[in-house]
Amino acid sequence: MIPAQFDYAAPTSVEEALALLAEHGDEAKVIAGGQSLLPVLRMRLNAPGIVVDLGRIEGLSGVRDDGDVLTVGAMTTHAEMLGNPLVAEHAALVTKAVHHLADAQIRHRGTFGGALAHADPAGDMGAPALALDAEFVIAGQSGVRTVPASDFFVDLFETAIGEDELLVGVRLPKHTGWGAHYEKFVRVAHQWPIVAVAATVKAEGGTITEARVGLTNMGSTPLRATAVEQALTGQPATEETVRAAAASAADGTAPPSDLNGDSDYRRHLATVLTRRAVLAAAGG
Amino acid sequence: MTVTEDRPAAAGPAGEIGRDRRRKEDQRLITGRTRWTDNITLPGMLHMAMVRSPFAHAKIVSIDKSEAEAAPNVVGVFTGADLGESQGVLINAWPITPEQVAPVHLPMPADRVSFAGEIVAVVVARTAAEARDAAELVDVDYEELPAALDLKENAEDKVLAHPDLGTNKSALWVFDSAEAGTGGDVEEAITKARADGVVVEREFRQQRLIPAFMEPRSVVVDPTGEQNTMWSATQVPHILRFALAATTGVPESKIRVIAPDVGGGFGGKLQVTPEEWLTWCLARRIGKPVKYTETRSESLMAAHHGRDQWQKLTLAAEKDGTVTGLKVELLADLGSHVAVVGGGVPVLGAFMFNAIYKFPAYHFACQTVLSNKAWTDAYRGAGRPEATFGIERMMTELADVLGVDPLEVREKNWIKHDEFPFTTVAGLEYDSGNYEAATEKAKASFGYDELRAEQQRRRDAGDPVQLGIGVSTFTEMCGLAPSRVLGSLDYGAGGWEHASVRMLATGTVEIVTGASAHGQGHETAFSQIVADRLGVPFENVEVLHGDTQIAHKGLDTYGSRSLVVGGEALVKAADKVIEKAKPVAAHMLEASVDDIEFSAGTFTVRGTDQGVGIGDIAGAVFAAHDLPDGMEPSLDSEATYDPINFNYPHGTHLCAVEVDTETGQVQMRKYTCVDDIGNVINPLIVAGQVHGGLVQGIAQALFEEAVHDESGTLVSASFVDYLVPTAADLISFDVEHNTTPSLTNTLGTKGVGEAGTIASTPAVVNAVVDALRPFGVDDVVMPCTPERVWKAVHAKDGAAADGADPTTGAAAAHFDTQDTADRSAGQEGAGE
Repeated sequence: MIPAQFDYAAPTSVEEALALLAEHGDEAKVIAGGQSLLPVLRMRLNAPGIVVDLGRIEGLSGVRDDGDVLTVGAMTTHAEMLGNPLVAEHAALVTKAVHHLADAQIRHRGTFGGALAHADPAGDMGAPALALDAEFVIAGQSGVRTVPASDFFVDLFETAIGEDELLVGVRLPKHTGWGAHYEKFVRVAHQWPIVAVAATVKAEGGTITEARVGLTNMGSTPLRATAVEQALTGQPATEETVRAAAASAADGTAPPSDLNGDSDYRRHLATVLTRRAVLAAAGG
Repeated sequence: MTVTEDRPAAAGPAGEIGRDRRRKEDQRLITGRTRWTDNITLPGMLHMAMVRSPFAHAKIVSIDKSEAEAAPNVVGVFTGADLGESQGVLINAWPITPEQVAPVHLPMPADRVSFAGEIVAVVVARTAAEARDAAELVDVDYEELPAALDLKENAEDKVLAHPDLGTNKSALWVFDSAEAGTGGDVEEAITKARADGVVVEREFRQQRLIPAFMEPRSVVVDPTGEQNTMWSATQVPHILRFALAATTGVPESKIRVIAPDVGGGFGGKLQVTPEEWLTWCLARRIGKPVKYTETRSESLMAAHHGRDQWQKLTLAAEKDGTVTGLKVELLADLGSHVAVVGGGVPVLGAFMFNAIYKFPAYHFACQTVLSNKAWTDAYRGAGRPEATFGIERMMTELADVLGVDPLEVREKNWIKHDEFPFTTVAGLEYDSGNYEAATEKAKASFGYDELRAEQQRRRDAGDPVQLGIGVSTFTEMCGLAPSRVLGSLDYGAGGWEHASVRMLATGTVEIVTGASAHGQGHETAFSQIVADRLGVPFENVEVLHGDTQIAHKGLDTYGSRSLVVGGEALVKAADKVIEKAKPVAAHMLEASVDDIEFSAGTFTVRGTDQGVGIGDIAGAVFAAHDLPDGMEPSLDSEATYDPINFNYPHGTHLCAVEVDTETGQVQMRKYTCVDDIGNVINPLIVAGQVHGGLVQGIAQALFEEAVHDESGTLVSASFVDYLVPTAADLISFDVEHNTTPSLTNTLGTKGVGEAGTIASTPAVVNAVVDALRPFGVDDVVMPCTPERVWKAVHAKDGAAADGADPTTGAAAAHFDTQDTADRSAGQEGAGE
């Protein structure tokens, strides 16, 4: 399939990219790894006037240890995230989730920042980022601002990034020593998750002292299962207590209905997958 | 039945037949360094893009082409009204009854569209991109009409797919064993069974599937030269040429069709297509070469679909499990038009519902029905998977009703090895088979008894993950087909195949087959056959096919016919070469022809060590300096072979699945099949066919379904929503064989291309149902999605017992190719 015609720009600096975005407004689309945008263009579901390619801007990829947080460049590929020892040590939930993201080819092209900025609620990176209280570093012509994950995801494919802004990095607060698990439910390996649950817990002597649970594809944005998190805190990591806590995993969610299941089925799945994710995280 | 003489058993490893030859065609196919149709570029070639209807049923009020015509490098924009009769019509080669109702099938209609995806205008431009851009500028004004979308309702004419026809009912095809004299009266059997036996009644849905071949369809037409040439990614170059001549008025002798390397078909490319006809018409009209290559979305939407039946089955049996009668009532969705084989697909199933069993009475009735969806036609197995699914589900249900093992009730009813040849209640003569041996081997290899014990343990323990064991046997009629049989069924062509063998002067061999391959490995298998037959090295055999200038006669590849019909033609042509060479050998060896023997490539004088190789004879014939008086200087030979019977591969398939009752997830645990496909030419190719076939059949059971929304739009219109499984989703299968050589061809072979697909679907569904028996479940609608399975488990809470509670009708696609929902719209921020 052939996309509609568009202009193409490959700026070499963030400033240059921002200038292009300011100039072209909603006619411009940013391309990072292209794993979501290109299919959309090829199927002519979107026809931007100009595509701004971030691929030639240096310094936007890599993982840096910044004390209490890891700073991840927006253009860091999923494959780099998967193999990064800092991420594995301090943000194991991302490592677990990215392992399940699409296939090796896509992981080598797609980027951490691109996936989050795309904000597909069925994407695998949103729930872990939300669960880890990530902070999003957004550059604009007036400077750089930081947005907490709770404010970043606005709606379906909609984030706090303004039309003339760029996501340049993501800060992941360190969760060193926390157990983590990403429980993804699919019919075939190459599809988006029907539902997935990202869980990371801190346990001491068999008791869960803190828990973070993120839900994938349970609404128009990634969601936190706060009721589950509260119910788990201070509880022993047993099948019984976790099952009871996980029963409220779907509270307040509005999951979609599609060919893979209706919203009630997804609500049910969320409770089962939450139980499994938390138990696996606590056991690991 | 004639038992063909001189049939060797499977040759030992010394010969080519039976060797694990790597496929000689694979390097070029896998690297793409070959001629796919879309790779072909001709000087001055133009490109086409289609404007397709977004509505399932609508009147075309007007089409404004002006903006598209003014777009850069557009050569022309054409509508159905512009082309009129010059576009020709598409044929139905198999009117299943004389009264069959069929709408005229124009490649591009002028006034009314009858499925979402039908072509309403064609743009021709200098580049494919410009054609695509301009296609978006064609402004079509539609007046939407009610669409006929539900098969059962369509059979009652609630909404008419073609109002001018006055009905959706196309043809009613009936076979009754009492009327045919092949068995008793099924109603009597059912009445008797209701009184003192068992009657099992079930209704099954064969969902609509999409063949989903790897290479999208592509066509190039060169209208220059004496013969106009069409390259097409087709399974059927010869049928295509015939149909073009028959419907466009161009003499057949002026048409050359080439199917270059073709990337899969599964039946989906045995169609004659609107895209081919329009490319042919416009290239000739404009006078320049024209290419059209479809997108994947167009392929899923507008290439023909498969299956799509409602099956109502009634099985009568005695209390000991002896079946006394089977009644089959089918509704089959034809789609908007009766395609090339169309209504014949379910009719092929008519002969297979009785399967491997000795049913004394049988009644089959199929009502074909028009709708406002893409047309249906052959898809891997074509009628036989549907039939096998129906009967194998029923035999399992009978076993459940009687409380016996599903294998036991099958054995009670199947044809015993010593009862062959056996004439079935459907009137076919099965030449050979050994169902006992295949089943015993499968049970042992599978570990049937151990898995049954594990199943019981899990049931007793209330394990949230239950184990299910599914059984399916199968047989199929392969090798389409004896021409007389096709004639008796009103099929529009014969079933023979043609081959020729050319001995080149340097001792190498060109063989030509009319069975044009599209990924099966014909070049390798046919080379092995001829190398053995003529005693020449495998590497010295070249297989030519797919070009009507080279392979001038043929009936192409489908219905597991290439080896058993095309291969037999090759054997006969090769044998003629040997007979032609004998007098030359006698002449060279100064012996009598009667004393010449041929073996392993050498002609010898009986009782002596004098001999001459076939290559030397080829050289001598080429020189023609010293041949026997009156001999034509050629060894080249050809043969056209019309099969005397179908052949009947069979097998026993056993499947174990683990069903997570908390989520409905079905996980394959073990799959064992023991197929009897007669003698094997190339075990590696056979393994590939069986593994691929199994995956395709399992896909019907668990993954694939063409879903339309309430307006008739195909929702599963990309591979995001039409779930074709990959290696990551399945397990490795245990594929074994039991060999009973076929008696209907020289090599003792049977078809294998469809076997795996036919047996695996019921084996998997039977396994899923078996896992859920403790929950009172006796059916799960295909595909057995986790949601359907989970709902079936919780049916006691009020949902439908088969999990059919539909959520799919109104559901949105994740990747919305039609841009009708907001799922992929309104995107902000960066691309990923």
